[in-house]
Amino acid sequence: MKLYKCSLTELKNMIEEKRVKLQDIHESISYRTAHTDPIIKAYVNKNETYNIDELDQNNYKDTYLKGLPIAIKDNISIEEIKTTCSSKMLEEYVPPYNATVVEKIKEAGGIITGKTNMDEYAMGSSTENSAFFPTVNPWGKNRVPGGSSGGSAAAVAAGMVPVSLGSDTGGSIRQPASFCGVVGLKPTYGAVSRYGLVAFASSLDQIGPLARNVEDIALMMNVITGRDEKDSTCVNRDYPDFTEYLKNDVKDMKIGIPDQYFDIEFDQEVRESVLNAVEKFKKAGAKIERVSLTGAEYALAAYYIIATAEASSNLARYDGVRYGLRAEGADNLKKMFTETRQQGFGEEVKRRIMLGTYVLSSGYYDDFYLKAQKVRTLIKNDFDQLFTDYDLILSPTTPTTAFKIGEKRDPLKMYAADIFTVPVNIAGIPAISVPCGFDQKGLPIGLQLMGAHFKEEKLIQAAFSLEKILDLDIKYPALK
Amino acid sequence: MDNKYETIIGLEVHTQLDTKSKIFCSCSTEFGSEPNTNTCPVCLGLPGTLPVLNKKAVDYLIITGLALNCEIAFYSKFDRKNYFYPDLPKAYQISQFDLPLAKNGYIRVETEEGIHRIGITRIHLEEDAGKLIHEGSIDQSSGSLVDYNRTGVPLAEIVSEPDIRTPEQAREYLNYLKKTLEYLKVSDCNMEEGSLRCDANISLRLHGNKKFGTKVELKNMNSFKAIEKALAYEQKRQRKMLENDKKIVQETRTWDENKSKTISMRGKEEANDYRYFPEPDLVPLEIDEKWKKDIEERLPELPAVKRKRFIDEYNLPEYDADVITDSRDLADLFESSVSEYKDAKVVSNWIMGEFLRLINEEKTAIEDTKITGQLLAKMLKMIDQDIISSKIAKTVFEEMFYTGKDPEEIVKEKGLKQISDQGELESLVEKIIDENPSVIDDIKNGKDKAVGYLVGQVMKETKGKANPQMVNKMFKEKIK
Repeated sequence: MKLYKCSLTELKNMIEEKRVKLQDIHESISYRTAHTDPIIKAYVNKNETYNIDELDQNNYKDTYLKGLPIAIKDNISIEEIKTTCSSKMLEEYVPPYNATVVEKIKEAGGIITGKTNMDEYAMGSSTENSAFFPTVNPWGKNRVPGGSSGGSAAAVAAGMVPVSLGSDTGGSIRQPASFCGVVGLKPTYGAVSRYGLVAFASSLDQIGPLARNVEDIALMMNVITGRDEKDSTCVNRDYPDFTEYLKNDVKDMKIGIPDQYFDIEFDQEVRESVLNAVEKFKKAGAKIERVSLTGAEYALAAYYIIATAEASSNLARYDGVRYGLRAEGADNLKKMFTETRQQGFGEEVKRRIMLGTYVLSSGYYDDFYLKAQKVRTLIKNDFDQLFTDYDLILSPTTPTTAFKIGEKRDPLKMYAADIFTVPVNIAGIPAISVPCGFDQKGLPIGLQLMGAHFKEEKLIQAAFSLEKILDLDIKYPALK
Repeated sequence: MDNKYETIIGLEVHTQLDTKSKIFCSCSTEFGSEPNTNTCPVCLGLPGTLPVLNKKAVDYLIITGLALNCEIAFYSKFDRKNYFYPDLPKAYQISQFDLPLAKNGYIRVETEEGIHRIGITRIHLEEDAGKLIHEGSIDQSSGSLVDYNRTGVPLAEIVSEPDIRTPEQAREYLNYLKKTLEYLKVSDCNMEEGSLRCDANISLRLHGNKKFGTKVELKNMNSFKAIEKALAYEQKRQRKMLENDKKIVQETRTWDENKSKTISMRGKEEANDYRYFPEPDLVPLEIDEKWKKDIEERLPELPAVKRKRFIDEYNLPEYDADVITDSRDLADLFESSVSEYKDAKVVSNWIMGEFLRLINEEKTAIEDTKITGQLLAKMLKMIDQDIISSKIAKTVFEEMFYTGKDPEEIVKEKGLKQISDQGELESLVEKIIDENPSVIDDIKNGKDKAVGYLVGQVMKETKGKANPQMVNKMFKEKIK
């Protein structure tokens, strides 16, 4: 058996049972990456600070992750390792501190393999907005892996690493998970510390795991959740052992299917695949009911106001004064600011900064930002109301399967790809994307389950059940 | 000043709160450290960092609000004020916009025209920015350097109502604020070190008019005197313009100390649009009844109340009460002394005389001296018991001031005990009589004052230790 094909849980068990050496795992992963990444281009930077030959598995004996490899999206700060956000602005930026999730992974004995490619500053749905290079979907050479955590999803899908961390502001974990045929979980806002996650939209951003199965997601959730004194928005509460919810049991689980979501025009194959999964859930004893939920299009509109507003402020700090790119030759302050930002940011980032600046401007604030916040409250209340009666809400993750590289040139069409994922961030609730089939082109289709605040265990249980019921034969994508 | 126009002044005071650590990180707030040594990823605004509110800064703001008769908001929040400047690492300042922590307060100030009530619109909490440093002068320097030590030091912004009518009232308002903040021990109000800064808004209108005139904002005044001077200058300038039917332009003017005049800095059009919006990285600030009560209990007696009580309770002259209550430490020294030595006027004389003389000579802070009320009281009792003379007491006091030693011990160590031994003094008196036959003759001829000379001679012989009353009496008896 090829070690790189094993899940995190399998590897963990094998190490615990002394059936494999840690070095062999890393060798296999490294070998696979060396052969695969030149095609996929999932990594922006590899972690050069560790040497496989010097790895001693005894050092990890008492840890949870046993020295196993994890890839991290390049917008999560790691001390002494470049954190570029796939932007020219931060191409050479080396942070002097670790994000809280990085500290947690290190404490748990995880080894970080490298930083994965993304849409610049997490703005995008295809990883084409990376300032360096686009990442390729392992399931189709001319297909995008989704985004913005496209590198994290592709690396996992291609067997370069068993698990990775991404970040999700409007679907950036779930959408690439769906496109790449892997599992991706966006936790409740406040479940995972954002300290060290380079902010895109602070009130929406959340770090979460991607993996090839639900079991590994549960394992990673055990590592990364929890209170952090460095993040005031991180909630102080106890979390269960998520692996205890890996039960194939959806009996009496109440799942709502929102009419408004299925009224949207979207790909027929995706629809059939999702509805097929719904039937399977029903057969397994889940109670499926049609429900009414605020139209996702309102969430999408509110999202592109709130997210861009926060981004315009969060990205203002890249001015060339302290770190990152500084335009050369500017002979006054204003020029230094403007030229640095002109040269450092890509088109999509600039577009969103301008949008955000506009909606916060005096005279427009009430019509845009304030109204969007009101819509946000309505959407949140709507979800809360539904979750008093239902355990979960089900929808497709994305309207289509992975599109072609270069296919979506109109930004509005690109934004519409987030329609099913965005409401979750607006409401701050958790959601998971699990593979539920393939289209005729052989591209994976993802199904999204949404849960009430801090009910990740229900998502894990239902997603695990679905995985078992469908028993999809997810072969490794043929890489040529 | 003629009576045609009424002057309307409002003041905005920024004062650094004297917390040990910064408002959103644990860096030291110490003034005068090496540039950029009191910094960390958070106050430098490095990508991914998050603010965590310092509770002490909130406490300080609440107590300030209570002392200035404000309502304390049970619910307030933080907002981002967005603008680009190299001393602002995040390119936004975390401040409070529409929901300040304290509002609707007032103070009463006294000028020659009587007592005047000045409303306080609001007091809010925010972070300070860094400081630009130029080699030589701004014009000649080849570049700018930035020191971020001050970045993130907590500031209270105190905004007055436009209730101030004269530059004198403005000065008295500032004096009142400064004294109060010092009493509360929340700020050292040192304008030179920049821990207190003040901007002013000033406009003129015809007496009886309800509508305000066009206001001008004044900046860059570095002392209370400069503020008073700038306001007086601006009052005159605006009056002249109005009298000549010229329009006042809404603008920001800067005070040029050397030229003693205000100079236009920027017009209304160039004003920033700060694009305020709620800070998503912090949760709203909720002050419950208990928190407020706890702080209320710590509220010290304020200067005006203390002054009145000192006059009523200790029968102090108004002048003494003014001087003694000018600082809380001075007032505390007075009261602790008076609690053990009943003659308040004597205590006040010593504090206003010897104590303040030494303070001024040594340029030390009152709290740094070694003298206590107990020591002073003990020394005063020793004078009353004829153990030392008032003159010797000055030597003892000085020693106490520097060493904090017990006066009894000082007297013993230095052999300063008063000579009250009848025999010892008599032989000295006789010696002086023998040595000064001509003086004796003068006295016998009615020049009574010459006795003083003889007493002086004895004091000289004994290095001031002879009991002067006894010596005086002896001379008078012997030269009859």
